[in-house]
Amino acid sequence: MGLTARPSDNLARTDTASGSGESWVATRLDLLVNWGRAGSLWPMPFGTACCAIEFMATAASRFDLARFGMERMSFSPRQADVLICAGRVPFKLAPVLRRIWQQMPQPKWCISMGACASSGGMFDNYAVVQGIDTIIPVDVYVPGCPPRPEGLLYGILMLQEKVKRERMSDASLRNEMDPDPESGLYIPPQAIDELSEPFGNSVHQTRSGL
Amino acid sequence: MSASFSVVIPGSAAPDAPAPATPRHLPNRGGAVNPSADALRARFQGGILRVEVIWGETSVYVERLRLGEIVQWLHDDPSERYDYLSDVTAVEYRDPEQPIEVVWHLRSLPYRRFLRLKVELARDGKTPLEVPTVWSIYKGADWLERECYDMFGIRFVGHPDLRRILMWEQYREGFPLRKDFPLRGRFSRAEQLRQALAANPEARYSMEELTVAQAFEDLPEAMRKRLKGGERTGE
Repeated sequence: MGLTARPSDNLARTDTASGSGESWVATRLDLLVNWGRAGSLWPMPFGTACCAIEFMATAASRFDLARFGMERMSFSPRQADVLICAGRVPFKLAPVLRRIWQQMPQPKWCISMGACASSGGMFDNYAVVQGIDTIIPVDVYVPGCPPRPEGLLYGILMLQEKVKRERMSDASLRNEMDPDPESGLYIPPQAIDELSEPFGNSVHQTRSGL
Repeated sequence: MSASFSVVIPGSAAPDAPAPATPRHLPNRGGAVNPSADALRARFQGGILRVEVIWGETSVYVERLRLGEIVQWLHDDPSERYDYLSDVTAVEYRDPEQPIEVVWHLRSLPYRRFLRLKVELARDGKTPLEVPTVWSIYKGADWLERECYDMFGIRFVGHPDLRRILMWEQYREGFPLRKDFPLRGRFSRAEQLRQALAANPEARYSMEELTVAQAFEDLPEAMRKRLKGGERTGE
């Protein structure tokens, strides 16, 4: 899903000099809604390994996730906007992660934090999922092992940028992805095998063009 | 449980136990043998195959089918009192001729002794990968033996609930720590993911299984009364 061009910033107009004594703002609804969504993303932390420690450091006072409207960790997926998957996901957790993603209401986004969540990392073995994008759709991949808090914050800013570029007229953004009822997968098996080959997932994840 | 459980206070030991000391200058092979090994030899002549001392730790190779009585005796005998099973695991060597070893680490808190028991399972195609369980002696062996079964495929005869513990229960690729197991598993990634997603853990671990309702009757009388009255703890 490519990013559309960002609307120009002077879409909001204010007028206090019309003489009526009342001030007013005119803007596009898109801009207002996206501004509200991007500034109040509630993360659902799915921390399984050392990346979760770095995620906690990001949330703590020095790096202060609250600056981006994320101070409210949502430990229930039903009140969450962003799934932040921090750490490796073994196959045994795959149905759990899938279920948590399905429980989150739209609109929802996903950040894959760290090498293990994005590609399996160094754990190219029988037990670890080779990238959570084989289970759920991912919006932003944050590289690093683990990423520094600055890295995660940069990923969050990229996600906010993506949210700000969404158009309400594009209903397909909010479509829930239905897995294939036969296999339970939502991308074809060949694509999963290709993503999961050695170095596969880290090669195929390209930058989103920001 | 055959013997009554006797409490050992940490730091205290049997009167004739040696003083605690950090071992120094241990030889690779040989050295002081754990006195339990000689006692075992005197009691179970044929059941004890050989004794090795490596880095000051004594390993006793025992007969597969007599393991149960040997561990029971080590646990019960007042001069041994091996009251702590610290690990159950297995070793497979790269050389396919070498037998698979199942290893028990026993510790005697009162006498400050450590003993390693080993059973060799020959890979001649005739010896089954089976050893007796020690669950009836040490309740803590439950999950240790399940893990050993999960990773190596060794069956512990008499274990009450020998299921996989780390991999999910429908896992069909084999036993991951065996030498013939490929690191990435046997199936393709897509097939592994399909099977993992189809495992449906909620169907296997139902709320009925997780509920405390069945355990309620086992609670002490006072606690049951408090819980029935709606009192909460920690407030």
